[in-house]
Amino acid sequence: MSNALVIGCTSRIARSLAQKLAEKGYKLYLLARNQEELMRVANDISVRFQTDVITDVFDAVNYDSHIEIANKAFQKLGSIDLAVVSLGELGEQEKAQNDFNHSRGIIESNYTGVASILTPIANFMEKQKSGVIVGISSVAGDRGRQSNYVYGSAKAALSTFLQGLRSRMAKCGVHVMTVKPGFVDTKMTYGKPGLFLVAQPEYVASEIIKAIDKRKNIIYVPWFWFFIMLIIRSIPEPIFKKLKL
Amino acid sequence: MSKNAKSEAKNAISGWGLTPVIETYLQRPESLSAITKVLHDADFAIARGAGRGYGDLAVSPNGTTILTKCLNRMLSFDDKTGILLAEPGVTLAEILDVFVPRGWFLPVTPGTKYTTIGGAVACDVHGKNHHCDGSFSNFVNKLTLVLASAERVSCSRDSNPDLYWATLGGLGLTGVIVEIELQLIPVETAYINMFCLKSKNLDETLALFDKYESQHQYSVAWVDCLASKNSLGRSILFFGNHARLSELPKSLKGHPLYINKKRQLKVPFEFPSGLLNPLTISVFNNFYYNLIPTFYNLAYSSPENAKNNRIIDYDSFFYPLDRIIDWNKIYGKEGFIQYQCVFPPATGKDYVKKLLSLASSEGRGSFLAVLKRFGKQNGKEFLSFPMPGYTLALDMPCTKGLDEFLIKLDALVLEAGGRIYLAKDARLSAETFRKMYPKFPEWLAIKNRIDPENHFVSSLSNRLRMHTP
Repeated sequence: MSNALVIGCTSRIARSLAQKLAEKGYKLYLLARNQEELMRVANDISVRFQTDVITDVFDAVNYDSHIEIANKAFQKLGSIDLAVVSLGELGEQEKAQNDFNHSRGIIESNYTGVASILTPIANFMEKQKSGVIVGISSVAGDRGRQSNYVYGSAKAALSTFLQGLRSRMAKCGVHVMTVKPGFVDTKMTYGKPGLFLVAQPEYVASEIIKAIDKRKNIIYVPWFWFFIMLIIRSIPEPIFKKLKL
Repeated sequence: MSKNAKSEAKNAISGWGLTPVIETYLQRPESLSAITKVLHDADFAIARGAGRGYGDLAVSPNGTTILTKCLNRMLSFDDKTGILLAEPGVTLAEILDVFVPRGWFLPVTPGTKYTTIGGAVACDVHGKNHHCDGSFSNFVNKLTLVLASAERVSCSRDSNPDLYWATLGGLGLTGVIVEIELQLIPVETAYINMFCLKSKNLDETLALFDKYESQHQYSVAWVDCLASKNSLGRSILFFGNHARLSELPKSLKGHPLYINKKRQLKVPFEFPSGLLNPLTISVFNNFYYNLIPTFYNLAYSSPENAKNNRIIDYDSFFYPLDRIIDWNKIYGKEGFIQYQCVFPPATGKDYVKKLLSLASSEGRGSFLAVLKRFGKQNGKEFLSFPMPGYTLALDMPCTKGLDEFLIKLDALVLEAGGRIYLAKDARLSAETFRKMYPKFPEWLAIKNRIDPENHFVSSLSNRLRMHTP
């Protein structure tokens, strides 16, 4: 039996992923900030898949607590075969431009919080000499855009962090995968204007599971975002800065 | 105007009948605390499940319509008692997928499994087993709601019974239901032992109900309502019981609780309005009336000498229309009305006849005219539709003159002492509603107590002026 740690399990993508992992027979250890919502997601998985689920409350920006939380998870599970981190909020770009505290919230929840919890997890896995780490980043990190560069910069930092971690961990048999979703039908995007090709979280979750099995390094979900971002990245800066993107 | 009007765009949505289309602000909370926030930000609100109600009951005009889709977590299940605690956005299909393989089934199910349990409570839905098991409310042990005051309150038959009974069939107007404790029923197999009969006219249809209903948990009749004169009310009757393990053929005995997933068809776009007219419907009905019995190998009302029993999976028995995704679109963008009424038993037969003659003489036929006998209701619900007697449901495309015709039907229903089903209504008048639902004043007293500022409002509640006597 394999063990999976899902950090930030109450988001639609992570919840769907956790359900699919439970269906595949993984023993689950779920972390989220809101105790009540965490219990609801955990109970749902227990009822649907007749499996025990372990939970713990986790706050991404309470950095000091992270080592202990990770310790506890490894102690209770013995070993962890898969750790998924799905954290962060989109925030509001306009607010972030005028209020650094808002920016800081976005940066910490999307980047520093993830970097913090992944530090003990990576070290445990390094000793364990096996395991997979999956970080949910975003296509928004592929190029800074005026419409969401605070969020984008945090995701860019996360993508780079995961990239470096991947090279480091490759030496000890631990695999690190970066997931870059495009628009997904979650509370982050719900009701927002100007969205296109919005994917369902269930689809994103099943694509992630397929990619884990294939030990992919970086995946775009849905796949065509690879090409969309290829085009967006290749626009020369003098032109890009004049666009409204 | 809701306070979030500035930041959020309005959406125009309708019920399953595609009419009327109403503007509202959609919100889709993913947590309990998000519900409280949405309620706080909105002046008017109503919860909406799967949008399978036909009319305008699950949309708040210019207010906030709260989609419960993401609140679909199952919170606990006791496999000794079959009691499930779940959030309102859980669909009947999800319950069937999870629990049929473990030997449990829905206690009451409407004709689609894509409704949510929140919607099933709000409409106090009924199924083919009403004559013996009553409506959905009979199997709801406990409810938890978020009220207009943002308070979270639980209710049951013993605690807060007023709120409990006012919420069952209460069309979402008492608050947002956030937890439902539902009693499932044990089954040995995922199959129904079905038995079909064909009748020549209404008298025979009702006689067959009399004869076979007591031995069958499920019963329903499909009525060809374009047939007239001597054939008026000719029907195909379906009876069924959950199949026992011993009744299954050998090929199914190895996996009695599993059924094959069926391929679904999808109606890709709205058909042209008017495609369904008396001519096409009558062709279809004739075809169906003659073909289905051949398919099921039936004889005319003579079960004793024909092999009419069939083992059929629950999907095919309960949800034949679910196989066609978005079947409502065949009525075109004008939409349709499903008119469902109930007549008390004493004169029910005459009134069913009168209604069918009227439909037949005006050529307002229907693919789906469904006749069923209701049994007893608990009697403590205030706005539940079912009452002992005969219920008849007709689909009618929205064409010229439909309103006038339905007003005639309303008059007939009123005269008989019956009522129409609000979950399917989009056009009843406030006056007629009060005559059909005599317990409305008692319900209103509770509504005024728990929602004094009339926070929970739907297009239906506005139309029926459900905030005033």
